[in-house]
Amino acid sequence: MGAGHAHGRLYRAGDSIVHRLPPQCKLVAVVAFTLVVVATDRERFPAFAGYAALLIVVAAVAGIRPPFILRRMTVELPFVLFAVALPFLSPGPRVEVLGVWLSVDGLLAGWNILAKATLGVVASILLAATTEPRILLLGAARLRLPQLMVQIAMFMLRYADVIVEEMRRMKVARESRAFAARNLKQVPVIARSAGALFIRSYERGERVHLAMLSRGYTGTFPVIDDISASRWQWGIAGTLPLTALAILAGSLL
Amino acid sequence: MNALRVSGLAYAYPDGTQALFGVDLSLERGERVALLGPNGAGKTTLVLHLNGILTPGAGQVHVGGLEVGPARLREIRRRVGLVFQDPDDQLFMPTVREDVAFGPANLGLRGSELERRVKVALAKVGMAHAADRPPHHLSFGQRRRVAVATVLAMEPEILVLDEPSSNLDPASRRELSEILKNLDVTVLMVTHDLPYALEICERSLILSGGVVVADGPTPEILADGELLTRHRLELPYGFAVPGAQ
Repeated sequence: MGAGHAHGRLYRAGDSIVHRLPPQCKLVAVVAFTLVVVATDRERFPAFAGYAALLIVVAAVAGIRPPFILRRMTVELPFVLFAVALPFLSPGPRVEVLGVWLSVDGLLAGWNILAKATLGVVASILLAATTEPRILLLGAARLRLPQLMVQIAMFMLRYADVIVEEMRRMKVARESRAFAARNLKQVPVIARSAGALFIRSYERGERVHLAMLSRGYTGTFPVIDDISASRWQWGIAGTLPLTALAILAGSLL
Repeated sequence: MNALRVSGLAYAYPDGTQALFGVDLSLERGERVALLGPNGAGKTTLVLHLNGILTPGAGQVHVGGLEVGPARLREIRRRVGLVFQDPDDQLFMPTVREDVAFGPANLGLRGSELERRVKVALAKVGMAHAADRPPHHLSFGQRRRVAVATVLAMEPEILVLDEPSSNLDPASRRELSEILKNLDVTVLMVTHDLPYALEICERSLILSGGVVVADGPTPEILADGELLTRHRLELPYGFAVPGAQ
């Protein structure tokens, strides 16, 4: 029971000022920062260096070590592959780099994807590393994200482990009867297991709903923990996107 | 006034399967009663009528003199606390504290009163130390106790437990029975764990085939081997009711 604490991996407990900021401030700061990054022209190289420096400062203040961030950046890998392929595949004028002729336009396009994706991913990693998932959801609710979406995310967080555990038990049950997924012919067995898992989860959903009704649920979740943010806290969180905006403005001069 | 009175309760599921054929029973305030019966006897169906989740096809349910009906669901659900069999169904919030607060918050409580309810309920089941932990990090026995607390926090008049001893190891089983015996509420415990019924409940009912077929002091009911056998109930091997011949 209780195997695999899947959502413990992103969060890193701490007591820095970044950790203590209310979740709604951090969410808004990260989204605004990402918007500024995306809006930056790809050839304003110093601006990108400035953004990266900002994130390094945030990471340092929050006490998040580079290896922690680097390991989690692997989610970006598909984009990196695409970005690396662009200089080889794009048409247009070419330049010689280390003896290989590459497309100028492709190089810039690849750089554009790589730089912006990296900055966005690192900002999200920093957000997730300093905010517990459930607190993040409270922040989302506070920002008036539709109740239904927040509730669905909350249940996902709560039941991911339960469903993974159920899946593992089904796998053990299959293998105990000498089943091994070796070739495509066995896909139907896996598919039926997936179907059974879906039905079980659906039925669990019904039982959870009954349990909720029994405790007076009438369609809206009561707000139990309300995290309010002071102007001061909004101000601190705002320094990230506002400094980024200043850097962008500076690069345009 | 009875704490709970069920009279002539009949119910058929939408697919036509009749589960209850006229159930009559009543509980006095402060009583602890076991509802015994084999699988498929209609125990869970009956339980879901007690707080208005299912609506009777015929007959009525009264809780503390108040008839269960659509207009009074909130009050009924405050008075009747249901503890479901699988604590993973009952505990759906990210932390124990929020889960225990869910019921009273739905009743409109906030702030210090809400906090007090959570603290008292968790203390009653000996789980105060786990308030900030996510439910899935607790052992099964601990989750069952927290599930009881989520209902106690609503300060119910009747606590209804569906198979409270299922899947518990012997120590968790004993801890839970000690907690239940010390609570100051009317208890209806649905089970086919006969020794557990004997330990906790002075009175037992047998529900079989959708009707109540026996009602009496638990030791007497459990001593009637023929009655038990007729309704697919059996004492565990080697178990004898203390004081019975």
